[in-house]
Amino acid sequence: MIPIEKLQLKEVSSTYSSGEEKLPVLDRVSLSVGAGEFVSVIGPSGSGKSTILKIAAGLLNPDRGKVFIDSSDITGNPQLVGYMPQQDLLFPWKTLKQNAALPLLAAKTKKKEAYARVEEMLPVFGLEGFADYYPYQLSGGMRQRTALMRTMLIDSDLMLLDEPFGALDALTRENMQDWLLRIWERFKRSALFVTHSIDEAIYLSDRVCVISERPGKNVLEQVIELPRPRKKELLTTEKFTSYKQMLIDALSVKS
Amino acid sequence: MKKWASIKSNLPAAVFLGLIVILWELISRAAAVPAYILPAPTEIAVALGDNFLLLIAHTRVTLAAVLSGLALAVLTACILAVAMDRWKPLKQALYPVLVISQSIPIFALAPLMLIWFGVGLLPKILIVTLVCFFPLAVNLVEGLSQVDPEAIDLMQTMKANRWMIMISVQLPFAMPFFFSGLKIAATYSVLGAIIGEWLGARAGLGIYMLRAMNSFRTSHLFASVIVVILLSLALFKLVELAGWASMPWQRQSKDQMEG
Ligand SMILES: Nc1ncnc2c1ncn2[C@@H]1O[C@H](COP(=O)(O)OP(=O)(O)OP(=O)(O)O)[C@@H](O)[C@H]1O
Ligand SMILES: [Mg+2]
Repeated sequence: MIPIEKLQLKEVSSTYSSGEEKLPVLDRVSLSVGAGEFVSVIGPSGSGKSTILKIAAGLLNPDRGKVFIDSSDITGNPQLVGYMPQQDLLFPWKTLKQNAALPLLAAKTKKKEAYARVEEMLPVFGLEGFADYYPYQLSGGMRQRTALMRTMLIDSDLMLLDEPFGALDALTRENMQDWLLRIWERFKRSALFVTHSIDEAIYLSDRVCVISERPGKNVLEQVIELPRPRKKELLTTEKFTSYKQMLIDALSVKS
Repeated sequence: MKKWASIKSNLPAAVFLGLIVILWELISRAAAVPAYILPAPTEIAVALGDNFLLLIAHTRVTLAAVLSGLALAVLTACILAVAMDRWKPLKQALYPVLVISQSIPIFALAPLMLIWFGVGLLPKILIVTLVCFFPLAVNLVEGLSQVDPEAIDLMQTMKANRWMIMISVQLPFAMPFFFSGLKIAATYSVLGAIIGEWLGARAGLGIYMLRAMNSFRTSHLFASVIVVILLSLALFKLVELAGWASMPWQRQSKDQMEG
Protein backbone atom coordinates (compact mmCIF):
# COMPACT_ATOMS: atom_id res chain seq x y z
CA MET A 1 0.00 0.00 0.00
CA ILE A 2 1.31 3.46 -0.87
CA PRO A 3 1.12 5.60 2.26
CA ILE A 4 -1.00 8.73 2.00
CA GLU A 5 1.39 11.62 2.53
CA LYS A 6 0.19 14.37 4.83
CA LEU A 7 3.23 16.58 4.36
CA GLN A 8 5.98 16.49 1.78
CA LEU A 9 9.08 18.62 1.41
CA LYS A 10 10.76 18.08 -1.94
CA GLU A 11 14.41 19.11 -2.33
CA VAL A 12 14.02 22.27 -0.33
CA SER A 13 16.93 24.73 -0.14
CA SER A 14 16.98 27.90 1.89
CA THR A 15 19.34 30.80 2.47
CA TYR A 16 19.16 33.60 5.01
CA SER A 17 20.70 36.83 3.86
CA SER A 18 21.52 39.81 6.01
CA GLY A 19 22.77 42.56 3.70
CA GLU A 20 25.66 41.24 1.63
CA GLU A 21 26.12 38.07 3.67
CA LYS A 22 24.40 34.94 2.47
CA LEU A 23 23.98 32.02 4.84
CA PRO A 24 22.94 28.77 3.18
CA VAL A 25 20.88 26.90 5.77
CA LEU A 26 19.21 24.00 3.93
CA ASP A 27 20.54 22.10 0.95
CA ARG A 28 17.96 20.06 -0.99
CA VAL A 29 16.28 18.57 2.06
CA SER A 30 13.43 16.17 1.40
CA LEU A 31 11.17 14.63 3.94
CA SER A 32 7.63 13.47 4.34
CA VAL A 33 5.11 12.70 7.03
CA GLY A 34 2.43 10.12 6.32
CA ALA A 35 -1.11 10.48 7.61
CA GLY A 36 -1.08 9.60 11.31
CA GLU A 37 2.68 9.22 11.31
CA PHE A 38 5.09 10.60 13.93
CA VAL A 39 8.35 11.77 12.34
CA SER A 40 11.26 13.34 14.18
CA VAL A 41 14.05 15.50 12.84
CA ILE A 42 17.38 15.57 14.64
CA GLY A 43 20.52 17.45 13.75
CA PRO A 44 23.21 19.65 15.25
CA SER A 45 22.34 23.09 16.52
CA GLY A 46 22.06 25.58 13.68
CA SER A 47 21.54 22.88 11.05
CA GLY A 48 18.23 24.41 9.98
CA LYS A 49 15.66 22.31 11.84
CA SER A 50 13.51 25.26 12.86
CA THR A 51 13.82 26.55 9.32
CA ILE A 52 12.42 23.25 8.03
CA LEU A 53 9.33 23.69 10.20
CA LYS A 54 8.81 27.27 9.05
CA ILE A 55 9.02 26.17 5.44
CA ALA A 56 6.66 23.26 6.14
CA ALA A 57 4.12 25.68 7.62
CA GLY A 58 4.39 27.88 4.53
CA LEU A 59 5.73 30.75 6.65
CA LEU A 60 9.01 30.89 4.79
CA ASN A 61 9.47 30.65 1.04
CA PRO A 62 12.40 28.36 0.17
CA ASP A 63 14.88 29.32 -2.57
CA ARG A 64 14.07 26.12 -4.36
CA GLY A 65 11.98 23.02 -3.82
CA LYS A 66 8.31 22.58 -3.05
CA VAL A 67 6.10 21.87 -0.07
CA PHE A 68 2.92 19.83 -0.34
CA ILE A 69 0.23 19.38 2.26
CA ASP A 70 -2.42 16.82 1.30
CA SER A 71 -0.83 16.79 -2.15
CA SER A 72 -1.44 20.48 -2.83
CA ASP A 73 1.45 22.84 -3.35
CA ILE A 74 1.52 25.33 -0.48
CA THR A 75 5.11 26.56 -0.87
CA GLY A 76 5.40 29.95 0.83
CA ASN A 77 1.70 30.23 1.71
CA PRO A 78 1.00 30.15 5.45
CA GLN A 79 -1.30 27.26 6.27
CA LEU A 80 -3.61 26.34 9.09
CA VAL A 81 -1.28 23.94 10.91
CA GLY A 82 -0.52 23.10 14.51
CA TYR A 83 2.77 24.95 14.59
CA MET A 84 4.52 25.24 17.93
CA PRO A 85 7.59 27.48 17.68
CA GLN A 86 10.79 26.87 19.60
CA GLN A 87 10.04 29.52 22.22
CA ASP A 88 6.65 28.82 23.74
CA LEU A 89 5.41 32.27 22.64
CA LEU A 90 2.60 32.52 25.13
CA PHE A 91 1.46 36.11 25.11
CA PRO A 92 2.27 37.67 28.49
CA TRP A 93 -0.82 39.89 28.35
CA LYS A 94 -3.17 36.94 28.06
CA THR A 95 -4.11 34.45 30.75
CA LEU A 96 -3.64 30.73 30.21
CA LYS A 97 -7.24 30.45 29.07
CA GLN A 98 -7.01 33.40 26.69
CA ASN A 99 -3.76 32.12 25.20
CA ALA A 100 -5.11 28.64 24.63
CA ALA A 101 -8.35 29.95 23.14
CA LEU A 102 -6.60 31.97 20.42
CA PRO A 103 -6.88 29.32 17.68
CA LEU A 104 -10.60 28.97 18.40
CA LEU A 105 -11.16 32.72 18.34
CA ALA A 106 -9.16 32.95 15.11
CA ALA A 107 -11.56 30.37 13.69
CA LYS A 108 -14.46 32.69 14.62
CA THR A 109 -15.73 30.61 17.52
CA LYS A 110 -17.80 32.65 20.00
CA LYS A 111 -15.75 33.73 23.01
CA LYS A 112 -17.94 31.97 25.54
CA GLU A 113 -17.89 28.73 23.61
CA ALA A 114 -14.11 28.96 23.06
CA TYR A 115 -13.41 29.44 26.77
CA ALA A 116 -15.77 26.60 27.64
CA ARG A 117 -13.87 24.27 25.31
CA VAL A 118 -10.55 25.34 26.82
CA GLU A 119 -11.85 24.75 30.35
CA GLU A 120 -12.98 21.33 29.24
CA MET A 121 -9.51 20.43 28.01
CA LEU A 122 -7.56 21.74 31.01
CA PRO A 123 -7.61 18.41 32.92
CA VAL A 124 -6.27 16.54 29.87
CA PHE A 125 -3.22 18.79 30.03
CA GLY A 126 -2.97 18.79 33.81
CA LEU A 127 -3.75 22.47 33.99
CA GLU A 128 -7.06 22.56 35.83
CA GLY A 129 -7.37 25.48 38.21
CA PHE A 130 -4.86 27.63 36.35
CA ALA A 131 -7.16 29.04 33.65
CA ASP A 132 -6.85 32.62 34.87
CA TYR A 133 -3.13 32.64 35.57
CA TYR A 134 -0.82 34.82 33.53
CA PRO A 135 2.16 33.07 31.90
CA TYR A 136 4.60 34.59 34.42
CA GLN A 137 2.71 32.81 37.17
CA LEU A 138 3.18 29.40 35.54
CA SER A 139 6.11 27.00 35.76
CA GLY A 140 8.18 26.20 32.66
CA GLY A 141 6.45 22.86 32.22
CA MET A 142 3.01 24.39 32.57
CA ARG A 143 3.87 27.01 30.00
CA GLN A 144 4.92 24.35 27.52
CA ARG A 145 1.80 22.34 28.20
CA THR A 146 -0.28 25.46 27.64
CA ALA A 147 1.50 26.07 24.35
CA LEU A 148 0.94 22.45 23.40
CA MET A 149 -2.72 22.72 24.29
CA ARG A 150 -3.00 25.82 22.12
CA THR A 151 -1.35 23.86 19.31
CA MET A 152 -3.84 21.02 19.74
CA LEU A 153 -6.74 23.45 19.51
CA ILE A 154 -5.66 24.49 16.04
CA ASP A 155 -8.09 22.68 13.81
CA SER A 156 -5.54 20.86 11.67
CA ASP A 157 -4.40 17.25 11.72
CA LEU A 158 -0.79 18.22 11.08
CA MET A 159 1.41 19.25 14.01
CA LEU A 160 4.81 20.87 13.62
CA LEU A 161 6.53 20.86 17.00
CA ASP A 162 9.87 22.61 17.51
CA GLU A 163 11.70 21.21 20.53
CA PRO A 164 8.60 21.46 22.68
CA PHE A 165 10.38 19.94 25.69
CA GLY A 166 13.70 21.68 25.18
CA ALA A 167 13.59 23.72 28.34
CA LEU A 168 12.51 20.96 30.73
CA ASP A 169 14.41 18.88 33.26
CA ALA A 170 14.83 15.17 32.54
CA LEU A 171 11.99 13.96 34.74
CA THR A 172 9.35 16.44 33.56
CA ARG A 173 10.53 15.77 30.05
CA GLU A 174 9.87 12.05 30.30
CA ASN A 175 6.42 12.65 31.71
CA MET A 176 5.65 15.08 28.92
CA GLN A 177 6.80 12.60 26.28
CA ASP A 178 4.41 9.92 27.48
CA TRP A 179 1.79 12.46 27.75
CA LEU A 180 2.37 13.77 24.20
CA LEU A 181 2.13 10.23 22.87
CA ARG A 182 -1.21 9.74 24.61
CA ILE A 183 -2.52 12.98 23.13
CA TRP A 184 -1.17 12.15 19.70
CA GLU A 185 -2.84 8.75 19.75
CA ARG A 186 -6.04 10.24 21.05
CA PHE A 187 -6.30 13.03 18.49
CA LYS A 188 -4.95 10.96 15.57
CA ARG A 189 -2.68 13.56 14.11
CA SER A 190 0.40 13.58 11.93
CA ALA A 191 3.44 15.04 13.61
CA LEU A 192 6.76 16.49 12.54
CA PHE A 193 8.82 16.81 15.69
CA VAL A 194 12.16 18.58 16.06
CA THR A 195 14.45 17.59 18.90
CA HIS A 196 18.06 17.53 20.05
CA SER A 197 17.62 14.34 21.98
CA ILE A 198 18.27 11.04 20.21
CA ASP A 199 16.46 9.06 22.91
CA GLU A 200 13.43 11.27 22.62
CA ALA A 201 13.38 10.94 18.83
CA ILE A 202 13.53 7.12 18.94
CA TYR A 203 11.08 6.83 21.80
CA LEU A 204 8.41 8.94 20.14
CA SER A 205 8.72 8.33 16.43
CA ASP A 206 7.77 6.03 13.63
CA ARG A 207 10.64 7.48 11.64
CA VAL A 208 13.68 9.65 12.43
CA CYS A 209 15.36 11.95 9.90
CA VAL A 210 18.93 13.01 10.56
CA ILE A 211 20.07 16.34 9.16
CA SER A 212 23.73 17.28 8.74
CA GLU A 213 25.50 20.36 10.02
CA ARG A 214 24.73 23.63 8.28
CA PRO A 215 23.80 23.72 5.49
CA GLY A 216 21.43 20.94 6.47
CA LYS A 217 21.26 17.93 4.16
CA ASN A 218 19.51 14.59 4.50
CA VAL A 219 21.93 12.16 6.12
CA LEU A 220 19.80 9.25 7.23
CA GLU A 221 16.20 8.24 7.48
CA GLN A 222 15.56 5.48 9.99
CA VAL A 223 12.28 3.65 10.48
CA ILE A 224 11.73 2.82 14.15
CA GLU A 225 10.00 -0.50 14.55
CA LEU A 226 9.15 -0.50 18.21
CA PRO A 227 5.74 -1.60 19.44
CA ARG A 228 3.13 0.96 20.41
CA PRO A 229 1.99 2.11 22.87
CA ARG A 230 5.57 2.90 23.78
CA LYS A 231 6.78 2.02 27.29
CA LYS A 232 9.79 3.24 29.21
CA GLU A 233 11.16 -0.34 29.35
CA LEU A 234 11.95 0.00 25.65
CA LEU A 235 14.78 2.38 26.45
CA THR A 236 16.97 -0.46 27.68
CA THR A 237 16.21 -2.97 24.92
CA GLU A 238 18.86 -4.06 22.44
CA LYS A 239 16.82 -2.76 19.53
CA PHE A 240 16.60 0.69 21.07
CA THR A 241 20.34 0.78 21.69
CA SER A 242 21.14 -0.28 18.16
CA TYR A 243 18.90 2.47 16.77
CA LYS A 244 20.67 4.87 19.05
CA GLN A 245 24.10 3.79 17.84
CA MET A 246 23.01 4.19 14.22
CA LEU A 247 21.74 7.70 14.82
CA ILE A 248 24.84 8.72 16.76
CA ASP A 249 27.00 7.50 13.87
CA ALA A 250 24.87 9.42 11.38
CA LEU A 251 25.11 12.59 13.43
CA SER A 252 28.88 12.44 13.68
CA VAL A 253 29.33 12.32 9.88
CA LYS A 254 30.90 15.62 8.87
CA SER A 255 29.32 17.42 5.97
CA MET B 1 6.96 46.80 52.97
CA LYS B 2 6.77 48.16 49.45
CA LYS B 3 5.24 51.41 50.62
CA TRP B 4 7.91 51.89 53.24
CA ALA B 5 10.60 51.25 50.64
CA SER B 6 9.18 53.88 48.33
CA ILE B 7 8.91 56.40 51.18
CA LYS B 8 12.47 55.66 52.16
CA SER B 9 13.75 56.16 48.63
CA ASN B 10 11.99 59.53 48.36
CA LEU B 11 13.18 60.71 51.77
CA PRO B 12 16.47 62.35 50.68
CA ALA B 13 14.69 64.42 48.03
CA ALA B 14 12.03 65.51 50.53
CA VAL B 15 14.63 66.53 53.12
CA PHE B 16 16.59 68.47 50.51
CA LEU B 17 13.46 70.28 49.33
CA GLY B 18 12.52 71.08 52.94
CA LEU B 19 15.95 72.55 53.63
CA ILE B 20 15.76 74.76 50.56
CA VAL B 21 12.36 76.10 51.62
CA ILE B 22 13.63 76.87 55.12
CA LEU B 23 16.75 78.55 53.74
CA TRP B 24 14.61 80.55 51.32
CA GLU B 25 12.37 81.71 54.16
CA LEU B 26 15.36 82.71 56.29
CA ILE B 27 17.08 84.61 53.48
CA SER B 28 14.00 86.52 52.37
CA ARG B 29 13.41 87.57 56.01
CA ALA B 30 17.00 88.40 56.91
CA ALA B 31 17.84 90.22 53.69
CA ALA B 32 14.41 91.86 53.46
CA VAL B 33 14.07 91.12 49.73
CA PRO B 34 11.03 93.00 48.38
CA ALA B 35 8.07 90.63 48.05
CA TYR B 36 7.56 91.48 44.36
CA ILE B 37 11.05 90.11 43.64
CA LEU B 38 11.14 87.07 45.89
CA PRO B 39 8.23 86.42 48.23
CA ALA B 40 8.93 84.21 51.24
CA PRO B 41 7.43 80.71 51.25
CA THR B 42 5.03 81.75 54.00
CA GLU B 43 3.77 84.63 51.85
CA ILE B 44 3.24 82.23 48.96
CA ALA B 45 1.32 79.93 51.27
CA VAL B 46 -0.90 82.85 52.33
CA ALA B 47 -1.48 83.79 48.67
CA LEU B 48 -2.37 80.20 47.93
CA GLY B 49 -4.88 80.12 50.78
CA ASP B 50 -6.46 83.49 49.98
CA ASN B 51 -6.92 82.68 46.31
CA PHE B 52 -7.81 79.06 46.70
CA LEU B 53 -11.28 79.23 45.14
CA LEU B 54 -10.16 81.55 42.35
CA LEU B 55 -7.24 79.26 41.57
CA ILE B 56 -9.56 76.26 41.47
CA ALA B 57 -11.83 78.06 39.02
CA HIS B 58 -8.93 78.88 36.70
CA THR B 59 -7.49 75.39 37.06
CA ARG B 60 -10.76 73.93 35.88
CA VAL B 61 -10.61 75.94 32.68
CA THR B 62 -7.02 74.86 32.01
CA LEU B 63 -7.79 71.27 32.93
CA ALA B 64 -10.65 71.19 30.42
CA ALA B 65 -8.26 72.17 27.63
CA VAL B 66 -5.60 69.73 28.87
CA LEU B 67 -7.92 66.73 29.09
CA SER B 68 -9.74 67.36 25.81
CA GLY B 69 -6.43 68.00 24.04
CA LEU B 70 -4.89 64.84 25.46
CA ALA B 71 -7.93 62.79 24.51
CA LEU B 72 -7.86 64.15 20.97
CA ALA B 73 -4.12 63.45 20.73
CA VAL B 74 -4.56 59.88 21.96
CA LEU B 75 -7.35 59.29 19.47
CA THR B 76 -5.52 60.69 16.45
CA ALA B 77 -2.20 59.10 17.43
CA CYS B 78 -3.82 55.66 17.78
CA ILE B 79 -5.63 55.88 14.48
CA LEU B 80 -2.61 57.18 12.61
CA ALA B 81 -0.16 54.74 14.20
CA VAL B 82 -2.36 51.75 13.41
CA ALA B 83 -2.90 53.02 9.86
CA MET B 84 0.85 53.56 9.39
CA ASP B 85 1.55 50.06 10.65
CA ARG B 86 -1.00 48.49 8.34
CA TRP B 87 -0.07 50.42 5.20
CA LYS B 88 3.68 50.74 4.90
CA PRO B 89 3.55 53.35 2.08
CA LEU B 90 1.62 55.62 4.42
CA LYS B 91 4.30 55.16 7.07
CA GLN B 92 7.06 55.87 4.58
CA ALA B 93 5.30 59.03 3.49
CA LEU B 94 4.16 60.30 6.86
CA TYR B 95 6.72 59.26 9.44
CA PRO B 96 9.59 61.48 8.24
CA VAL B 97 7.20 64.43 7.93
CA LEU B 98 6.11 63.84 11.52
CA VAL B 99 9.68 63.88 12.73
CA ILE B 100 10.49 67.04 10.79
CA SER B 101 7.36 68.74 12.11
CA GLN B 102 8.88 68.45 15.57
CA SER B 103 11.45 71.10 14.72
CA ILE B 104 8.69 73.71 14.47
CA PRO B 105 8.58 75.34 17.90
CA ILE B 106 5.18 75.37 19.51
CA PHE B 107 5.61 79.12 20.13
CA ALA B 108 5.44 79.59 16.36
CA LEU B 109 2.34 77.47 15.92
CA ALA B 110 0.36 78.68 18.91
CA PRO B 111 -0.31 82.20 17.56
CA LEU B 112 -1.58 80.66 14.32
CA MET B 113 -4.09 78.60 16.26
CA LEU B 114 -5.36 81.76 17.90
CA ILE B 115 -5.62 83.60 14.60
CA TRP B 116 -7.55 80.73 13.06
CA PHE B 117 -9.75 79.73 15.95
CA GLY B 118 -10.10 82.78 18.20
CA VAL B 119 -9.55 82.99 21.94
CA GLY B 120 -12.00 80.31 23.06
CA LEU B 121 -11.29 76.79 24.30
CA LEU B 122 -10.73 75.27 20.84
CA PRO B 123 -7.29 76.77 20.04
CA LYS B 124 -5.99 75.65 23.46
CA ILE B 125 -7.25 72.15 22.89
CA LEU B 126 -5.55 72.10 19.51
CA ILE B 127 -2.25 73.36 20.94
CA VAL B 128 -2.32 70.66 23.61
CA THR B 129 -3.13 68.09 20.92
CA LEU B 130 -0.22 69.30 18.80
CA VAL B 131 2.34 68.98 21.58
CA CYS B 132 1.01 65.64 22.83
CA PHE B 133 0.48 63.96 19.49
CA PHE B 134 4.11 63.41 18.60
CA PRO B 135 5.42 61.47 21.62
CA LEU B 136 2.28 59.34 21.52
CA ALA B 137 2.39 58.57 17.81
CA VAL B 138 6.11 57.86 17.72
CA ASN B 139 5.99 55.53 20.70
CA LEU B 140 2.99 53.67 19.32
CA VAL B 141 4.52 53.24 15.87
CA GLU B 142 7.70 51.93 17.48
CA GLY B 143 5.77 49.55 19.71
CA LEU B 144 3.63 48.17 16.91
CA SER B 145 6.64 47.53 14.72
CA GLN B 146 8.75 45.85 17.39
CA VAL B 147 6.50 42.84 17.83
CA ASP B 148 8.39 39.55 17.48
CA PRO B 149 7.84 38.42 13.86
CA GLU B 150 7.61 34.85 15.20
CA ALA B 151 4.49 35.86 17.11
CA ILE B 152 2.92 37.10 13.90
CA ASP B 153 3.97 33.87 12.15
CA LEU B 154 2.29 31.89 14.90
CA MET B 155 -0.94 33.84 14.49
CA GLN B 156 -0.80 33.23 10.75
CA THR B 157 -0.67 29.46 11.27
CA MET B 158 -3.96 29.89 13.15
CA LYS B 159 -5.34 31.81 10.16
CA ALA B 160 -5.96 34.85 12.32
CA ASN B 161 -6.73 37.91 10.19
CA ARG B 162 -4.71 41.14 10.30
CA TRP B 163 -7.13 42.88 12.64
CA MET B 164 -7.09 40.06 15.13
CA ILE B 165 -3.29 40.11 15.07
CA MET B 166 -3.41 43.88 15.61
CA ILE B 167 -5.86 43.68 18.50
CA SER B 168 -4.64 40.61 20.34
CA VAL B 169 -0.91 40.83 19.69
CA GLN B 170 0.40 44.14 18.39
CA LEU B 171 -1.66 46.58 20.45
CA PRO B 172 -1.10 44.82 23.80
CA PHE B 173 2.60 44.56 22.98
CA ALA B 174 2.69 48.29 22.22
CA MET B 175 0.88 49.30 25.40
CA PRO B 176 3.97 49.92 27.54
CA PHE B 177 5.32 52.07 24.69
CA PHE B 178 2.02 53.91 24.54
CA PHE B 179 2.07 54.63 28.26
CA SER B 180 5.62 55.92 28.26
CA GLY B 181 4.55 58.25 25.42
CA LEU B 182 1.49 59.26 27.40
CA LYS B 183 3.64 60.16 30.42
CA ILE B 184 5.66 62.57 28.30
CA ALA B 185 2.48 63.87 26.68
CA ALA B 186 0.84 64.45 30.06
CA THR B 187 3.71 66.67 31.20
CA TYR B 188 3.73 68.59 27.91
CA SER B 189 -0.02 69.02 27.94
CA VAL B 190 -0.20 71.48 30.87
CA LEU B 191 2.59 73.51 29.34
CA GLY B 192 0.75 73.57 26.00
CA ALA B 193 -2.50 74.78 27.55
CA ILE B 194 -0.73 77.56 29.48
CA ILE B 195 1.12 78.79 26.42
CA GLY B 196 -2.21 78.89 24.61
CA GLU B 197 -3.74 80.94 27.42
CA TRP B 198 -0.83 83.38 27.52
CA LEU B 199 -1.51 84.28 23.92
CA GLY B 200 -5.13 85.10 24.60
CA ALA B 201 -7.89 83.76 26.79
CA ARG B 202 -10.56 84.84 29.23
CA ALA B 203 -9.74 82.39 31.98
CA GLY B 204 -7.28 79.69 32.93
CA LEU B 205 -4.07 79.34 34.92
CA GLY B 206 -2.13 81.05 32.13
CA ILE B 207 -4.37 84.10 32.42
CA TYR B 208 -4.09 84.08 36.20
CA MET B 209 -0.32 84.06 35.84
CA LEU B 210 -0.35 86.95 33.39
CA ARG B 211 -2.53 89.04 35.69
CA ALA B 212 -0.37 88.27 38.73
CA MET B 213 2.72 89.21 36.76
CA ASN B 214 1.29 92.44 35.39
CA SER B 215 0.27 93.59 38.85
CA PHE B 216 3.59 92.54 40.43
CA ARG B 217 1.84 90.20 42.82
CA THR B 218 4.73 87.80 42.70
CA SER B 219 3.45 85.66 45.56
CA HIS B 220 0.33 84.97 43.47
CA LEU B 221 2.52 84.03 40.55
CA PHE B 222 4.38 81.56 42.73
CA ALA B 223 1.09 80.20 44.03
CA SER B 224 -0.05 79.49 40.49
CA VAL B 225 3.30 77.87 39.69
CA ILE B 226 2.71 75.50 42.60
CA VAL B 227 -0.73 74.68 41.23
CA VAL B 228 0.79 73.97 37.81
CA ILE B 229 3.37 71.67 39.37
CA LEU B 230 0.72 69.82 41.34
CA LEU B 231 -1.48 69.52 38.26
CA SER B 232 1.35 68.07 36.15
CA LEU B 233 2.33 65.70 38.92
CA ALA B 234 -1.24 64.53 39.38
CA LEU B 235 -1.63 63.90 35.64
CA PHE B 236 1.64 61.99 35.59
CA LYS B 237 0.60 59.81 38.51
CA LEU B 238 -2.80 59.25 36.93
CA VAL B 239 -1.16 57.97 33.75
CA GLU B 240 1.05 55.68 35.83
CA LEU B 241 -1.99 54.37 37.65
CA ALA B 242 -3.90 53.82 34.40
CA GLY B 243 -0.91 51.91 33.03
CA TRP B 244 -0.72 49.79 36.14
CA ALA B 245 -4.44 49.05 36.07
CA SER B 246 -4.61 48.21 32.39
CA MET B 247 -1.51 46.01 32.20
CA PRO B 248 -1.82 43.44 34.98
CA TRP B 249 0.82 41.26 33.29
CA GLN B 250 3.43 43.98 33.78
CA ARG B 251 3.02 44.13 37.54
CA GLN B 252 5.13 41.17 38.50
CA SER B 253 8.38 42.38 36.97
CA LYS B 254 7.90 45.83 38.53
CA ASP B 255 7.20 44.36 41.97
CA GLN B 256 10.34 42.29 41.70
CA MET B 257 12.43 45.29 40.80
CA GLU B 258 11.17 47.34 43.68
CA GLY B 259 11.03 44.50 46.18
N1 LIG C 1 15.67 34.99 10.58
C1 LIG C 1 16.96 34.64 10.39
N2 LIG C 1 17.82 35.48 9.78
C2 LIG C 1 19.10 35.13 9.56
N3 LIG C 1 19.62 33.96 9.94
C3 LIG C 1 18.83 33.08 10.55
C4 LIG C 1 17.45 33.37 10.82
N4 LIG C 1 16.90 32.31 11.44
C5 LIG C 1 17.89 31.41 11.56
N5 LIG C 1 19.04 31.85 11.03
C6 LIG C 1 20.30 31.11 10.95
O1 LIG C 1 20.06 29.94 10.22
C7 LIG C 1 20.71 28.83 10.81
C8 LIG C 1 19.71 27.72 11.06
O2 LIG C 1 18.76 28.18 12.00
P1 LIG C 1 17.66 27.24 12.62
O3 LIG C 1 16.96 28.04 13.67
O4 LIG C 1 16.82 26.67 11.54
O5 LIG C 1 18.56 26.11 13.28
P2 LIG C 1 18.13 24.94 14.25
O6 LIG C 1 18.60 23.67 13.63
O7 LIG C 1 16.70 25.04 14.59
O8 LIG C 1 19.03 25.24 15.51
P3 LIG C 1 18.70 24.92 17.05
O9 LIG C 1 18.83 23.43 17.19
O10 LIG C 1 19.78 25.62 17.79
O11 LIG C 1 17.34 25.42 17.33
C9 LIG C 1 21.38 29.34 12.05
O12 LIG C 1 22.77 29.48 11.79
C10 LIG C 1 20.76 30.67 12.31
O13 LIG C 1 21.72 31.55 12.82
MG1 LIG D 1 15.67 25.45 16.24
